Amino acid sequence: MKTVVPARAAWSRVIREGETLTITDLHGNQAVDFLVYDAHDTAVRYSAPDTVQAQGGIFLTTGSVLMSGEHTPLMTVTADDVGRHDTVGGACSKESNTLRYGHHTWSQHACVDNFLAEGAKHGLGKRDLVSNINWYMNVPVEQDGTLGIVDGISAPGLSLTLRAERDVLVLVSNCPQINNPCNGFDPTPVEMTIEAAETTIGDAR
Amino acid sequence: MATQTTYGARDHARAQEGTRAEAMPVVPAGNWPDPPCEAGHLVWAETVAGGNYTHRVLARGTELRLTDPHGDACAHLLLYAEGRPWERLNVADTVKVQWNAYLGEGQLLLSDQGRVLASVVVDTSGRHDALCGTSTLVSNTGRYGDGTPQSPSPAGRELFKLAAAKNGLEPRDLPPSLSFFQGVRIREDGTLDFTGSAGPGGSVTLRAEQDVTVLIANVPHPADPRPDYLSTPLEVLAWRAEPTRAGDALWDATPEGRRAFLNTAEFLASKGRA
Repeated sequence: MKTVVPARAAWSRVIREGETLTITDLHGNQAVDFLVYDAHDTAVRYSAPDTVQAQGGIFLTTGSVLMSGEHTPLMTVTADDVGRHDTVGGACSKESNTLRYGHHTWSQHACVDNFLAEGAKHGLGKRDLVSNINWYMNVPVEQDGTLGIVDGISAPGLSLTLRAERDVLVLVSNCPQINNPCNGFDPTPVEMTIEAAETTIGDAR
Repeated sequence: MATQTTYGARDHARAQEGTRAEAMPVVPAGNWPDPPCEAGHLVWAETVAGGNYTHRVLARGTELRLTDPHGDACAHLLLYAEGRPWERLNVADTVKVQWNAYLGEGQLLLSDQGRVLASVVVDTSGRHDALCGTSTLVSNTGRYGDGTPQSPSPAGRELFKLAAAKNGLEPRDLPPSLSFFQGVRIREDGTLDFTGSAGPGGSVTLRAEQDVTVLIANVPHPADPRPDYLSTPLEVLAWRAEPTRAGDALWDATPEGRRAFLNTAEFLASKGRA
């Protein structure tokens, strides 16, 4: 199953255990804000700190396991063309945009609104939003702790693949941010491909 | 003392008043022996045992000093706007908006609503972490054999669940937390370097910039590589003081912080809390 998520849009889907989700950066340097929940108990949800703890680092790539707040696996990165993705920066919001750029950004679209609108379809509310993954977003940390969203290292057509370790609900905001390089200042569409368990890499083990 | 009768049991229970333990709240807080402010201004004085938790609502302008007297405390901390828990600490915004992954003096603890919940006004430790969160039942059971709250090795998340419940909150209300007194640094390749404690005596003072609910779990840092569950008491003192105002150095320290303070001031003014 293939779906193109338009620029600035939200998307969600239940991915069954063993199925894979491939996210393709169609035009390059598109930040894909991503949250994942246990489909049967959404109180069990992605935890950035548990994921960082589990792999001993802040960048995600092949082999990274996305952990829940109960320190249990939700999904595993089974393939990655890019090499690193962000666990630290979280989502843009209308509110944080006023701090980062100024109050003139208040009327712009932002990821938190996408997460709220899409999450509501599944009974999720604001308390269910936590620090999320930003696929394709490049956030280095300098020795003195300075961190920032800088030019991306992705390119048109690069993709990553996630295997569901249980039935999961995935929430995506195809980031509308236009004030920093996370999208190259130009939000573009991405493609979602869900493949059945029997055709996944995991089954080759 | 005989406890076979109700009168005896009552006398026995009442005779316990005045017992001193190492970890306990001092009530009233003004009885704390060595106050860092005018004794009458203290509103919270407590020593939290290793592997235990505490929680309190603090009025805007209250200063909260956390101290690690023995060198192996780790204060895992969550903040909520009091009475409005849908506004809460946002660790991602805290590091991203301020362009810094490391907690320290002058940094603001930002809510998810573009406002300040608290600011870090003093830091004598420099060993803190905003990235690894706290420990869990699963991870502590794997490392120490148990992680339940009554066990010898309670997990931070399990203690946060209890502290949250006592404030009408549920596990869904627990976002990523901050931890003080056990440091982590990021290497160039993104991997973690656990730098541990600065030693006995380090302290951090936070200033509440809104009325806040504070949850604190004092448990080992999840990246602490030592095989034993090492968690020593945490000292907690809070006293009445003044919030940061326009004209204070912290207000204008960064453009992002200034806008966060402006948003906070305007929000409070519109509630009639100038």
